[in-house]
Amino acid sequence: MTVEQSGPVLQVECLRVAFEHPRGLVRAVDDVSFSLLPGERFGLAGESGSGKSTLALAILRMIKPPGHIEAGDVRFLGASLAGLDDERIRALRLAGIALVPQGSMNSLNPVLRIGHQIADAFVDHGLRLGREETEGRIAALLSEVGLPASVARMYPHELSGGMKQRACIAIAICLRPKVIIADEPTSALDVVVQRQVMATLARVQRDLGAAVILIGHDMGLMAQFVDRLGVMYAGRLVELAPIDKIIARPRHPYTRALIASLPSLERRSTLAGIPGLAPSLLELPAGCAFHPRCGLAVERCRRERPAVRQIEDAAVACHLA
Amino acid sequence: MSQRSSIPLIEAADVSKRFAGRFGRESTLALAGLSLAIDAETPSIIAVVGESGSGKTTLARLLLGLAEPSGGTVRYRGTDLRRLGHAERLAFRRDVQAIFQDPYGVYNPFYRVDHVLWTPVRRFRLAGTRTAARELIGTALRAVGLRPEEILGRFPHQLSGGQRQRVMVARALLLRPKLIVADEPVSMVDASLRATILASLRQLKDEHGISIVYITHDLATAYQVSDKILVLYRAHVVEAGAIEQVVDAPQHPYTQLLISAIPRAETGRQWLASEDGRRAGPPVGDAGCCFADRCPQVRAGCLNRPPGLHRTAPQRAVACVLYREHPALLADALPEVLSDNGAVTGSAAPIPPRFV
Repeated sequence: MTVEQSGPVLQVECLRVAFEHPRGLVRAVDDVSFSLLPGERFGLAGESGSGKSTLALAILRMIKPPGHIEAGDVRFLGASLAGLDDERIRALRLAGIALVPQGSMNSLNPVLRIGHQIADAFVDHGLRLGREETEGRIAALLSEVGLPASVARMYPHELSGGMKQRACIAIAICLRPKVIIADEPTSALDVVVQRQVMATLARVQRDLGAAVILIGHDMGLMAQFVDRLGVMYAGRLVELAPIDKIIARPRHPYTRALIASLPSLERRSTLAGIPGLAPSLLELPAGCAFHPRCGLAVERCRRERPAVRQIEDAAVACHLA
Repeated sequence: MSQRSSIPLIEAADVSKRFAGRFGRESTLALAGLSLAIDAETPSIIAVVGESGSGKTTLARLLLGLAEPSGGTVRYRGTDLRRLGHAERLAFRRDVQAIFQDPYGVYNPFYRVDHVLWTPVRRFRLAGTRTAARELIGTALRAVGLRPEEILGRFPHQLSGGQRQRVMVARALLLRPKLIVADEPVSMVDASLRATILASLRQLKDEHGISIVYITHDLATAYQVSDKILVLYRAHVVEAGAIEQVVDAPQHPYTQLLISAIPRAETGRQWLASEDGRRAGPPVGDAGCCFADRCPQVRAGCLNRPPGLHRTAPQRAVACVLYREHPALLADALPEVLSDNGAVTGSAAPIPPRFV
């Protein structure tokens, strides 16, 4: 074992992403840091607009103007990605870090067979394989995600939602990445199919020894799938802790609200939403961005932005934690 | 109460829908002989739960008169929807409102949000003066937790998804309907807003006496807002009854699978481990049980004989041979199981003993 393999596979360091807006600079990701161990399952949770998907794109340096990475760095196997030229970054995508974007199952090319779309990834990354080897690899990939080999000859419209999502996972793992980022991979699927797809993702991840970043807002799914969870609010990580600690004792009021908003199957009660709306990033409230929606807010929360503090296993940005 | 022999507001009697196959393909059965009645007097929330392709949206479209059944009839106050006169049709259009899944698709981006609220006011002459109309719209918006000054005058893209969906609820409320058919109203909004919208649906029933058919694939939200549930699988009703009984002790193997597949925010992790890897195969066909190809408890008889409904309790019916010792229930008697029979809805009534 080399030192590299036992250290983190991915390190995100003080990452900041900003978008130019006529009314000012919008910071969609603000000072986010975390690291990912090999084979670890990491979750990123938060409401829409909290910056989770932007963070995923920033890790792969896929932020397009008017957005840009303002500050911070991402290290993959210890090496900084900030200095890499476009060609090297392009090679790293899919081969090192693979992204399954939100809604990707609906962005499969409708006029190309699934096998063709997987083969495209090989070609794009300079793998020159013979026809037989390509077909063999495609069949092996499909079987890894639990699809029959005949799917290679099918078009996306011939597949069900769950099959399409598994096909997307097959594309994501075709170059044996070390990190798989899955952005709401099951949001359009019903629960039975969702569990099948997540079981598939868990299996290929174990087989590859890859780490997974799962992005979503379903705290039930997070509780059942990830090892550690980061909770984002208005572009910042407000809590980061092992998942069993978060479920047993959420420390940030926003984390508690996210868990409470999950409808229970044990008890019929008044549904607990999170009052108010996520703030506009253009006019972030002073102090803690969550204070207008927080039932516990005190004067200090309105004035002073809470720094991230380490409390036992958890990193929390809350004055009251 | 329901024995008052009052005519239901909306009644689906043994309705089925088959979509013709094109280009030589076989036709598709979207809904098989379903019966459902919405009482005109006692409001209730009925959840229709199923996966995509189970026929739940087809049922919504049939109830709204947007599609015609291939078999059976949908009646509005006793009259077949196909035979409504002009005045009756107008009354039907007012009494039965729809809320759809996509809070983005229903707006015309070139009009202000006000447009979707003013149109029904004008069309149905809900107010005599502009001031009265403005008052009416304001009241409806406030009823769903929106501040009119934050909503009116805006364009759709300036509102959040949750706000847009709540404006649709307000719009439905303007007409004081008797029934709202809500097809996946919260599947596109965040978990945090979901609760708020569902709470406003519940409020429509409690405070305004509006019945709701809540169509969803999410059993957990159905449990929170509904009084009764119909579980659909591949066009067939597999289980129906009072929601607490069904969710607390599901009887049909499909309902059991649905409930076990919901990931829960708990520390004991059973969810992934209990995935049985069984995937839906080709349907067994009309001859057998619709769930036979996936059922962990399948037996030989399931493949060639449809199970039929069995009444396992006064307010429960299950279509499965495991319960065949219970009295058989004709499909068109299903509304009886879903009616209140004088029971207080939503109360935690003890589950009645099974009668064998």
